[in-house]
Amino acid sequence: MIALGLILLTSLFTAGLIVRVKSIASGRRGPGLFQPLKNIWVLFRKGSVYSEVSGIITRTAPIMVLSALLVASLMVPVAGFPPLISFRADFILFAYLMAFSRFMMIIISFDSGSSFEGMGASREALYGMLIEPALFVLIAGLTVFTGGTSLATIFDLTHREGYSYVFGLIVAYIIGNITVVENSRIPVDDPKTHLELTMIHEVMVLDLSGFNLAVIQLTSLLKFAIFGSLIASAVIPWDLAPAIRIIMFFAVQLLFASAIGMTESFRSRYKMNRNQQYLLTISLISVLFFVIILFTKNIF
Amino acid sequence: MFYLIVILIITGVVLLAAGKRSSAILTALSLAAGVTASSWLALSVLFNKAIPAEINEILTNAGIVCDSLSAVLILIISFTIVSGFIYSIGYLPPYTRNKPELWTKAHYAALFWLYMSMIAVVLFRSGFAFLVAWEIMTISSFILVIYEYDKKGTIQAGINYLVQMHIGMLFILFAFIISSEGSVGVSFDNLQYYFSRHSNWPVFLLFFIGFGLKAGFIFLHTWLPEAHPAAPSHVSGIMSGVMIKLGIYGILRVSISLQGDMYVIGTSLMVFSALTGLFGVMMAILQHDIKRLLAYHSIENIGIIGIGIGLGIFGTATGNTLISVTGYTGAILHTLNHSLFKSLLFFSAGSVTSRLHTRNVEQMGGIMKYMPFTAMAFLIGSVAIAGLPPFNGFISEYLLYFSLFSGIGELEFYPLLIFSLTMVSLVLIGGLAVFCFAKVFSLIFLGQPRNELIESPAEAGRPMLIAKMLPVVPIVIIGVVPVFIVAPLASLTSGIFNQAHLFDTTTLMNPLSYISVGVIVMASVITLLIVLKRINEKRRLPVTGPTWGCGYTAVNSRQQYTAASFTQEYATLVRPVIKNGASHVSFREDEIFPGKRDFHTSSADIIRSKIILRPANLIINLLRRAAVIQTGRLQHYVLYAMLFLVLVFLLTLLEII
Repeated sequence: MIALGLILLTSLFTAGLIVRVKSIASGRRGPGLFQPLKNIWVLFRKGSVYSEVSGIITRTAPIMVLSALLVASLMVPVAGFPPLISFRADFILFAYLMAFSRFMMIIISFDSGSSFEGMGASREALYGMLIEPALFVLIAGLTVFTGGTSLATIFDLTHREGYSYVFGLIVAYIIGNITVVENSRIPVDDPKTHLELTMIHEVMVLDLSGFNLAVIQLTSLLKFAIFGSLIASAVIPWDLAPAIRIIMFFAVQLLFASAIGMTESFRSRYKMNRNQQYLLTISLISVLFFVIILFTKNIF
Repeated sequence: MFYLIVILIITGVVLLAAGKRSSAILTALSLAAGVTASSWLALSVLFNKAIPAEINEILTNAGIVCDSLSAVLILIISFTIVSGFIYSIGYLPPYTRNKPELWTKAHYAALFWLYMSMIAVVLFRSGFAFLVAWEIMTISSFILVIYEYDKKGTIQAGINYLVQMHIGMLFILFAFIISSEGSVGVSFDNLQYYFSRHSNWPVFLLFFIGFGLKAGFIFLHTWLPEAHPAAPSHVSGIMSGVMIKLGIYGILRVSISLQGDMYVIGTSLMVFSALTGLFGVMMAILQHDIKRLLAYHSIENIGIIGIGIGLGIFGTATGNTLISVTGYTGAILHTLNHSLFKSLLFFSAGSVTSRLHTRNVEQMGGIMKYMPFTAMAFLIGSVAIAGLPPFNGFISEYLLYFSLFSGIGELEFYPLLIFSLTMVSLVLIGGLAVFCFAKVFSLIFLGQPRNELIESPAEAGRPMLIAKMLPVVPIVIIGVVPVFIVAPLASLTSGIFNQAHLFDTTTLMNPLSYISVGVIVMASVITLLIVLKRINEKRRLPVTGPTWGCGYTAVNSRQQYTAASFTQEYATLVRPVIKNGASHVSFREDEIFPGKRDFHTSSADIIRSKIILRPANLIINLLRRAAVIQTGRLQHYVLYAMLFLVLVFLLTLLEII
């Protein structure tokens, strides 16, 4: 319960935090911490405009996207606090719920018969497929390392079994990069641009409005918090006092959001046709991590 | 055996002789009788009900042995044949017009023959009876495939299928003959005896090639993508849904008897199946012919099932019951699941193609508005086949991952490596399947029609809709409450494959009930959000407007995103592995008013061109050279005869013969 609460709480402010960091880095004061939430609230109160072409998919699938992510968030451990649902190989359900929401996003983008949105859908599908091995190899590595079987036990046991902080940092690095792809941030995608040749996520939601758009934006907030919590679980030891863990959790979220914000401020986007290399590199780092684990466990 | 042939001949003659209507009714009746009888047998085996002694005696005399593996397959076959038959009632009539009446009757007779022979295949243990049933199955499915013989390429695809199946049968025959050593007859029951005294892998390999040709493993798959587009949709659904699974059945049946070499066989089967799965789905994405695409997805799913069998064999070899049982259970469950969603997809695709008269997805679009039920059926099938929750495909893939991760947690280096590679392949297969089915569903059903529709396509007729409803029910049930099916299946597989260690199914029950909890939570969140949205939209009525066009107002439906453009980035990425290309003529600089342009994409099955077409062409060329002597002039033939006589004369003179 605490885990879910912390995730939901984090999802409220990280997006605002990133915007704030970016503003400060570019010499502005920037909007308040809760501006993204306020924007979503405005969207909830607005009416919807549907394309003449779109049908039932646009009207229902955004809800599926959010619900799938919510269920996925039930399985995420947070800094030693057990998740609500935890069972053997639950990360499969976790990853496949992510894939389900991606599937729904793609069909939403095709529903309006647009000449742009398919472009984003095509990239989303391809990149989503290319990034999945990174997550799975990472989890496989942690499974070998800890002998744990679920997301919660894998991350908990990591801290019990001769844990080295270098490992924690590598795991955090890999998950951080996966977040960048899954959440469509720089350097893979730019959440601010609508230039059709360069964007992925933003182009897919061009024809959504009102309630539907709000739901999709909530989803990306939640997704951010989910990955942030995974990172926190990887670096925070489970055996500290709960209060200290909570404080550390928020510190990690702060660091994570600022890292993303700083990257977005000082780094340019990759050329679109270079993205595949970037994605494969993340998977390779994962594989490297796996090999290191094999060495430490003397399996070679 | 004898009874089977008598039944088949009698029904065949009756069905051909009967009138047009009564032939269809008689087929329905005989199918119903067959389904009832075989399902009764299967259910009584599964629920351990005693079979009456008289019937049991008849069955034993006929050489029929029904164990729980056969029983499961009988149920799968019967279910799909029923939905396939109902579908054909709605599907076939538009195609019967320009064909002789006898041919349509033969089609229905062949459908019944196919059903009976498939049941016979899983019931007979003796090699001879098995092979005869196997052969009847091949021939009747051949008749079914070439139903639209007047269409270009149908006969060729059919003959290609027939030839490859006979090559496969030859391998099975060899395997049976080799393994019959030291006993009277050839039979599956002899295998255990043979395997306990000889090296196991050569005979297993022979069986694998023979059965793999039917199932469609990589290198043996080339008939699949040709035969499915040629066949009518209900036949594709039945063939892809259940007939190719009999190849899987054969492999399972042989693997029960394995005694040694299991470590090697298990690991190599895993690697080979992972390759099959990857190849199938990678090819599928590039296909624009909907039925060919689905055919390649059958190859992918055979790969997934194969991974499960490999895991099962490996687990038995190393004495790891958990890996073994979850692997085998995953394989058998995926066999069931695939028969459900693949027939559903073929049925839905068939409804669309019979309305639009094209199989090219590039020319479709916006069909959901005209055929909403078919579209929903296809969507459910797509989500299920992509292995996504909350449908059944997820459960079987989850079991395989479960097995793989159990291995990854505790194995030594080499098996660990193979398990990890298989796991990564399975992940990639899943991702690519999402890619592919998101694409194909969107292109067919969403957006606007890409070609002007001459008449707006009507929703499929009632029989076809019923046929689509049938598989949807188990798809949802298995997906939402998997415990009910996985628990009996797991204890069943542990009974068949691991007699030594009985498996405690509670290990699986806990995760599966949590999955149900997750799905139920998801359903309630969805309901809640829909209610919220209703309230919201009641307050502010939604309005409609044109699709966002970046200020461009003359958008037409041809400017929608297409299959070729959706897969373009992917196609470039896989070009080193899978040959594909796009050709077009670019605009000249002085061309102010550009004329019409063509754009052409292509993808070639490299295995088909290298393994099948090249040797075939080589042989054809050689024979063409030899055909020089065939001049067609009588004088030359008389000369040949004389030369032959002289040769014989000389040879006898020299006392050589």
